[in-house]
Amino acid sequence: MKKSAAHPFIERTLAGFADVLEHAGTAERLSDQRGALQSLDPRVKLVGSILLIFATLCSRRLWVTASIFLVAVALAQLSHIPLRLLATRVWLGVLFFTGCIALPAVFTTPGLKIWRLPLLGWPVTSQGLHSATHLLMRAETSATWVSLVVLCTSWTHLLKALRALRVPVTAVVILGMTHRYIFLLLQLGHEQFEARRSRLVGLLDARQRRKVAASSAGVLLDKSVQLSGEVYSAMQARGFRGEIYTLDEFQMNPRDWFALVLFAALATIVLWLGLRQ
Amino acid sequence: MPTNPSIFELHEVSYNYHSSEVSALENVTLAIGKDERIAVLGANGSGKSTLLRLLAGLAFSSRGTISFCGKPLTEESFHDDTFAFGFRHRVALIFQNPEAQLFNPTVFDEVAFGPLQLRWPKAQIIERVDAVLDSLQIEHLKHRAPHRLSGGEKKRVALASVLVLDPEVLLLDEPTASLDPQSQSRMVDFLIDCGGVKTAITCTHELHIVEDIADRCVVLKNGRIAGDGTPAQILADENLLKETNLLHSHRHRHSSGVVHSHSHLHRGHGHTHQD
Repeated sequence: MKKSAAHPFIERTLAGFADVLEHAGTAERLSDQRGALQSLDPRVKLVGSILLIFATLCSRRLWVTASIFLVAVALAQLSHIPLRLLATRVWLGVLFFTGCIALPAVFTTPGLKIWRLPLLGWPVTSQGLHSATHLLMRAETSATWVSLVVLCTSWTHLLKALRALRVPVTAVVILGMTHRYIFLLLQLGHEQFEARRSRLVGLLDARQRRKVAASSAGVLLDKSVQLSGEVYSAMQARGFRGEIYTLDEFQMNPRDWFALVLFAALATIVLWLGLRQ
Repeated sequence: MPTNPSIFELHEVSYNYHSSEVSALENVTLAIGKDERIAVLGANGSGKSTLLRLLAGLAFSSRGTISFCGKPLTEESFHDDTFAFGFRHRVALIFQNPEAQLFNPTVFDEVAFGPLQLRWPKAQIIERVDAVLDSLQIEHLKHRAPHRLSGGEKKRVALASVLVLDPEVLLLDEPTASLDPQSQSRMVDFLIDCGGVKTAITCTHELHIVEDIADRCVVLKNGRIAGDGTPAQILADENLLKETNLLHSHRHRHSSGVVHSHSHLHRGHGHTHQD
């Protein structure tokens, strides 16, 4: 067997499982903390962030978009969300993916040439740079607001808040169950790979690694199909007849109303400043 | 045979799973009376869980008939809302695997799921959920995610999720399986009176709890009824227990240091050797 193709495949997969579970644990811990956003009604957080994201997307001025980004960062601080977490989990990812989309605009947008790329000689225009930066800033701001809501709200409350926004109950239930069972399957997958590791001697070549990955995926799929059948039976046994009914139990207090008004006012100001000629 | 009027009547019932030619149940004829507490005994694969699925109206017999309070229990009868709501309210099933039964985001939602589907008024649901959580001493778990609970807690939440409907019949599939000793003894305590539910059918292969939880035993072997009687009669029938793989032999080290194997029936506070 080849030395280079060692257990790292299984180790990496296990580390991946552990990473996802740890991230979910961190998010749950953060949503349980006392903080500015955590103390608000989930519906207010959801509606407020949607309003601000909409205003951000409409804004044509970079400094206005940047201001909303700074407000999000300040709220993250007040809600005890580590900036390092936002930087590694959100900002870097968005920078990479949106950067790939925005980069061509730097060279292809017509306008005042301010620099030329060495060797290739492509011109960088002032308008192109502004467009790319603005696109990046909009994406970063929107992703930061979404992440803040997710990190400062328990998944259960978030789903119930979606119901308050008239998202169809079936969609909300599917989301809830996906979240519930994805962890069970992650746990099963983790145990499956650990069991394999405990019985592995020597190293795996690429072909064997592919085989391990394919068979594990197959077994997990089979288990998930079996489990879905059982879950459906359990739902039927308690009266499920194709339509789900849920309880919404939020209570708005004066502080929530104040926050909602504040979010709405901020979004209006952003729209006014961002769209002004 | 029950002395009270029958709740369930099974007449020559057979059941085959789609993928299998072997019958999971074969010509089962059985009457279950009101207020009876039955333990369905059998080794793994004997058809216990299939029997419960049929009684719960989650599967329907391939041959033979099943009736519930005199009405046929068929797929068609569940198309009638009045029958379906009435049946789901009156008959509750606790699954062996709580992972399948607990699919809601919080314990509160889990317990409220049944009453919500049966369209109870919201105020009544909230009041009833709180009362059941309190009676099972899991009020403190109300806002927790079911998948984060321990095995014993999950079982208690699963119980709460069906007891909230105040059912007349409780079907329990291996309720003590995979529980630690303390959770197991809590579960047996519950099974002694089943939270006030008078008709209970419990599938198990743990003989030591049978006398505590049942006044009648039905023994299954390869999908057929191999025995039916009082717990005392069934537990005394060593041949039947051996034939149905319910009585096992394992090696014991005695205080003298001698190790030997003998048939072994575990009971509540000790165990009986049947050499």
